[in-house]
Amino acid sequence: MKSLTIALLLLVASLVAGEAALAQMKLNGAGATFPYVIYSKWFDIYSKKSGVEFNYQSIGSGGGIKQVTEGTVDFGASDAFLTEAQMSAIKEKQGSDVVHIPTVMGAVVLSYNLPAAGKDLRLSPDVLAGIYLGQITNWNDSKIAAINPGKNLPDQAIIVAHRSDGSGTTNIFTDYLMKVSKLWALSVGKGTSVNWPVGLGGKGNEGVAGLIKQSEGAIGYVELAYAVQNNLPYALLQNKSGNFVQASFDAVSAAAASFADNMPSDFRLMITDAGGKDAYPISGFTWLLIYKDMKDKTKAQEITKFLKWAMTDGQAYAKDLYYAPLPGAVAKLCLQKIDTITIN
Amino acid sequence: MADTLSSLALPLGQNAGGGAENAPPPDIPAEAKKRQNINFGDLVFQGSTAFFAFLVFALVFLMAYEMFKGSSLSIEKFGWSFLAREIWDPVQEEYGALVFIFGTIVSSVLALIIALPLSIGVAVFLSELAPSWLEKPVSMLIELLAAIPSIVYGLWGVFVLVPWLRISVEPFLSKSLKFLPLFKGAPYGFGMLAAGIILSIMVLPIITSISRDVLKAIPTMQREAALALGATRWETTRIILSDARSGLLGATLLGLGRAVGETMAVTMVIGNRPEISASLFAPGYTMASVIANEFTEATSDMYISSLIEIALILFAVTVLLNAAARLIVWSVTKKFKNA
Repeated sequence: MKSLTIALLLLVASLVAGEAALAQMKLNGAGATFPYVIYSKWFDIYSKKSGVEFNYQSIGSGGGIKQVTEGTVDFGASDAFLTEAQMSAIKEKQGSDVVHIPTVMGAVVLSYNLPAAGKDLRLSPDVLAGIYLGQITNWNDSKIAAINPGKNLPDQAIIVAHRSDGSGTTNIFTDYLMKVSKLWALSVGKGTSVNWPVGLGGKGNEGVAGLIKQSEGAIGYVELAYAVQNNLPYALLQNKSGNFVQASFDAVSAAAASFADNMPSDFRLMITDAGGKDAYPISGFTWLLIYKDMKDKTKAQEITKFLKWAMTDGQAYAKDLYYAPLPGAVAKLCLQKIDTITIN
Repeated sequence: MADTLSSLALPLGQNAGGGAENAPPPDIPAEAKKRQNINFGDLVFQGSTAFFAFLVFALVFLMAYEMFKGSSLSIEKFGWSFLAREIWDPVQEEYGALVFIFGTIVSSVLALIIALPLSIGVAVFLSELAPSWLEKPVSMLIELLAAIPSIVYGLWGVFVLVPWLRISVEPFLSKSLKFLPLFKGAPYGFGMLAAGIILSIMVLPIITSISRDVLKAIPTMQREAALALGATRWETTRIILSDARSGLLGATLLGLGRAVGETMAVTMVIGNRPEISASLFAPGYTMASVIANEFTEATSDMYISSLIEIALILFAVTVLLNAAARLIVWSVTKKFKNA
């Protein structure tokens, strides 16, 4: 009996000590603003569960990549995957490869202000590229009419709106345009900021939404989450299979699922213009950037534990916060990838 | 004891005879010098305040140096042509500052054209005509305008000014002044005109309050003399204005400095399009806006370097404008102090 009491006391003592040791644990991260809402939710719930403290600064993907390169954070976050040059710069400075772990997904939708046409305007890749290249300038253009039978399309100039600040949203959107339009690929290209052939720039989703609301005849791209939260009307978009798809969290997950079979092992993949029947074509991952070889053993253990939690239980929080969860097949691949993270 | 007394007495005596300006410096005995320097607290006080003062200088130079260093990549690649290049293409890594310099200058000058007559009018009213019970509250209200955060101006711009411009002002202007290239093109509401108007409201308090101070610095004798010679109120005011003109110029330049550096409100209404257009309805872009917009997500070294070079240009323009303004204001106040 006495020995049992002692054993219990020891157990309690060790637990308390363990708690105390973990309470000291603090993981620093920096990067993308787009997933900030779900990351802070995750960090909050997970730190209550495990005692690990997170400090995440949503300074933008560019800043996150810079800090990962300089080694001033334990992990980074980005809406665009790293280029070869960026990866080798990190390898050179920090002596470690970087693992990309996709966490959740988002989509970019085309919101518009055309009261005469009403809801569910249809757009095809061709028409969309034409509008953003400045070739289609009026809503009564025959190309728009051809895919919108029965819709009242007024004689109204199209006002094109885009993001003026550098953003992952622009990166996904221009990546899509590049895939569907040769002319776009040749003359504009893709990036977090590009040299837009036409249009007005607004700062942030709210800036673009403001431009659209203020100008009749306007069309612009915003994040799906933002459009849903603010009840903005957005267009159906024709995907690679020819179906006009309404953007939704399921349609985004479907886009990722259609890539699951030939997912590259480093997850550096844009899932725009996905082939699936129900896939929404302008979707994208957001990634956490983790050092493959970590110097600090406890930190490495805690990060991998957290990542595994995020890939499983954590995914349940995504939809409530307007993010699309990873499809099961992709989450499974990620779990395998997390196991490859090692301690130096 | 006697020594201490004499060392104390000496500075007093000096003060007493202080009227003689060109007198040779009195010979302070070594003992007295020592006595003056002996106060350690004073030394620390003098040293530390001097240190802080120089710190400000150092800060300015450090900033300039850091920006110069940060932009070395782009300076190396584009050289002086950076100032004249019209292209801004982050994908092709081709950068130039011309559109942003153009946008900054046009929006700021437009702001001055609108704000200057208003501000000078208000300043003249406050300093020459207003009864004192009205002067205080009006000046306070105008200075209150300066305290409004620029994001609030921006929001007001997006929700009130821009729709008003699009629906009423721009269609009217383009109809009635069709022949001017300034008022051509589609009325978006967003654009150079909106930016100029927002900026004019933001620089109004600065120009007004400095102009008022400058006008008040002009001796009352000047007014009395004019009135005594039979000048009307208007004629007197004209004389006062012409006396104060360099001070008013200084006030204008300070306002211009504010307009040049303003970021948030302008970004929200200017349309953010790197393009040079003759029309005021067309969207534009300013130096401050492009930095605020693109810096956070700029990933490549050349991109960041080019943005920093734009910051350097903006810094240089602001420093020059402010220095010019201070010099002018200083020269006018000095002139009247001596008079």
